[in-house]
Amino acid sequence: MTPDPSRHARPATRQAYLGIVVALSLSILAGLGLAVVYATGGQAQLEGVLLAVSLLGIGVGLVIWAQRMLPDDEAEEARKPLGSEPEDVAAFTTELERGEEAIGSRRLIVGLITGGLGALGLALVFPIRSLGPRPGRGLFTTGMAPGRRLVTAEKEPVRPEDIPIAGVLTVWPEGHEDEADSSTLLIRVEDESLFTEPAKLEWTVGPVVAYSKLCTHTGCPVGLYEAEEHLLLCPCHQSTFEVLAGARPVFGPATRALPQLPLGVDDEGFLVATGEFEGPVGAGFWDRSR
Amino acid sequence: MSDGEEAEERRPSRVARTGSFVDDRLGLARIARTTLRKVFPDHWSFLLGEVALYSFVVLLLTGTYLTFFFKPSQAETTYEGSYEALRGVEMTRAYRSAVELSFDVRAGLVMRQMHHWAALVFVAAMVVHLARVFFTGAFRRPRELNWIVGVTLLLLGIGNGFTGYSLLDDQLSGTGLRIAYSIVLSIPVIGTWITSLLFGGEFPGPDIIERFFVLHILVVPAMIIGLLVLHLSMVVHQKHTQFRGPGRREDNVVGERIWPTYAVKASGLFFLTTGVLAALGGLAQINPIWIYGPFEPSEVSAASQPDWYIGWLEGALRAMPAWEVRAFGFELPNPFFAGVLLPGLTFGLLYAWPFLEARFTKDRDEHHLLDRPRDRPMRTALGVATLAFYAVLFLAGGSDVLATEFGLSVNKLIWSIRVSLFVVPVAAGLVAHRLCRDLAARDAEPPDDPSERPPPGDAPVPVAIVDQEPEPDGQEPIAWPPPVAVSRTGLPPARPLGR
Repeated sequence: MTPDPSRHARPATRQAYLGIVVALSLSILAGLGLAVVYATGGQAQLEGVLLAVSLLGIGVGLVIWAQRMLPDDEAEEARKPLGSEPEDVAAFTTELERGEEAIGSRRLIVGLITGGLGALGLALVFPIRSLGPRPGRGLFTTGMAPGRRLVTAEKEPVRPEDIPIAGVLTVWPEGHEDEADSSTLLIRVEDESLFTEPAKLEWTVGPVVAYSKLCTHTGCPVGLYEAEEHLLLCPCHQSTFEVLAGARPVFGPATRALPQLPLGVDDEGFLVATGEFEGPVGAGFWDRSR
Repeated sequence: MSDGEEAEERRPSRVARTGSFVDDRLGLARIARTTLRKVFPDHWSFLLGEVALYSFVVLLLTGTYLTFFFKPSQAETTYEGSYEALRGVEMTRAYRSAVELSFDVRAGLVMRQMHHWAALVFVAAMVVHLARVFFTGAFRRPRELNWIVGVTLLLLGIGNGFTGYSLLDDQLSGTGLRIAYSIVLSIPVIGTWITSLLFGGEFPGPDIIERFFVLHILVVPAMIIGLLVLHLSMVVHQKHTQFRGPGRREDNVVGERIWPTYAVKASGLFFLTTGVLAALGGLAQINPIWIYGPFEPSEVSAASQPDWYIGWLEGALRAMPAWEVRAFGFELPNPFFAGVLLPGLTFGLLYAWPFLEARFTKDRDEHHLLDRPRDRPMRTALGVATLAFYAVLFLAGGSDVLATEFGLSVNKLIWSIRVSLFVVPVAAGLVAHRLCRDLAARDAEPPDDPSERPPPGDAPVPVAIVDQEPEPDGQEPIAWPPPVAVSRTGLPPARPLGR
């Protein structure tokens, strides 16, 4: 072994040495402390701090050691060309081609292997199909049906007068309270004469109108209602819908109105759906209009 | 044990004996020696990739601990743990186990928060590392392949971050999943099929958490590990690039040998990175899911923000005008543009950049000496403009928070962001271009006082990440102490962290 004469450890300065000793000692103490804290019940902040000190102590010690005491001589290394020598490339190509000829001359076998692998590949695509159901009409339907009562999260049916004036209430079709796509906003405005096109007036019950709660942009629940301006706001991307005018979008990235729900009242005076929403709820998709 | 002194002397050391045992069987001594003597150029900016690597190690360690306690299940259950406010609340087992491992598993909260912080730092370090590679031209021939591997790692890192915080099934993650669902749904022709296969049905989907769990803890990490090995092997094989300087040429590498100084320094950096993550994990609360509550599909809270590396997508969704394409009874919904097209273009351009630049500059030569950003005003200006574009998008992602914080109307804010998306990048690019030209012109003048130059061989080894620009004179890239007035805008801005 011939040590490089230029590579030698540098003499330690007092400061550097002291720094390393302090850092590593702190690390040892913190490590022990961490064990004690853990054993005696644990405490998140303390655990974090002690773990940090124990790690940082080692880190600082190592860095000072490397920066101040270990050899810092510059070394040089030659950079050899990355590409292969032309002879090697030629030899490789020849060998590859020789093998290719041997293989390629058996056309039928190669063809059959290709066919076999292709068929296998095709067969392997099918298990993907097991991952989920066919999309079908699921995206076009919700839990709404003619005569189905609208109930609150507590499964209470709602009368129009239960909704405070200028208030909103989130409801679901009875028996479908867990369905994400069925959540509906009931909004009671001050007076039914305020509604204008394109809101479907025949679908309202007095001053109460119902829209899908899912934003037509990315399907977030449209959770904020500014009663004075009659605006529904989506907190995700700030799409804004005009309640009085069929919940058409007036600001933000949403392009479509919130689908309106045809409302009615049953014999006992509770609000019911009289049919499906006027269109698919939530975010748009390729064949939504089909 | 009672050998004489002579025998004691002749006896080889323990290291030598172990080494000899291995070498007799595998013959590794030669390659091991080459490795020890390998030269690695020294510059603080070369450590950014290492920080990413070390954060990933922390992710693996803390993540393994978390899998022992987390239950990826959407089955309904009732919480009965020690956190009062949630007791008796209906929730999925996923959310319940996440709350339990935060409060009822000793050291669980620190591990979970370290894991989350490490993910943020992992992606941040990759982005800054990518910016370094971009602005110094380190992606040029022969390193295009490694650039591609690196961009893929960034993509996987972002993806695994998203699948990770989507697992907990709290209100915030559910909202994120809902948006992701709608974005996938917007893909033409096959969108409805992909969402159905991915989520196992319509949103919220019965299987999504189990599936994301497998992706998050197995599939994507395995891919990251494989590509990391490839990434580093290519660096070793091709040898690291270096800045210009005395004695540094295209056909050599000047720097420190791996053994012992560089190895000790790198280990030190590993412990420093881990230590900082531990401090953050213990002291800086992150993703307090017990405050968000379990996911209820019909609810959403204002100021729902994703992790920082998704911020640009969130911002794009918000800033996008209400456009969509409808033709022949089919439609291209609005989220397609911001959620599919924009990331597609972003990563497409990133992948293609080394080849695009070679086409523009007609420079297809091998390069091992790095550019300083000022030497390539056009590239630097483009890079700064691009970063400015994504910085504006990032701000747009917090538009509601900004509006509340500064008392602005959201409408006006969104409109100014839409305008800024065009104006700011152009302005930033022009300023960067001008700065590069000025700095390059200043370099062309002879130094005022040659005695200011430190003697050769006294190269400081900066590890602290100071705002250090390459210095005048073109010949001394690292041999100058960082001057005071270097903080200019020309440098790539580090993206702000966290929510």
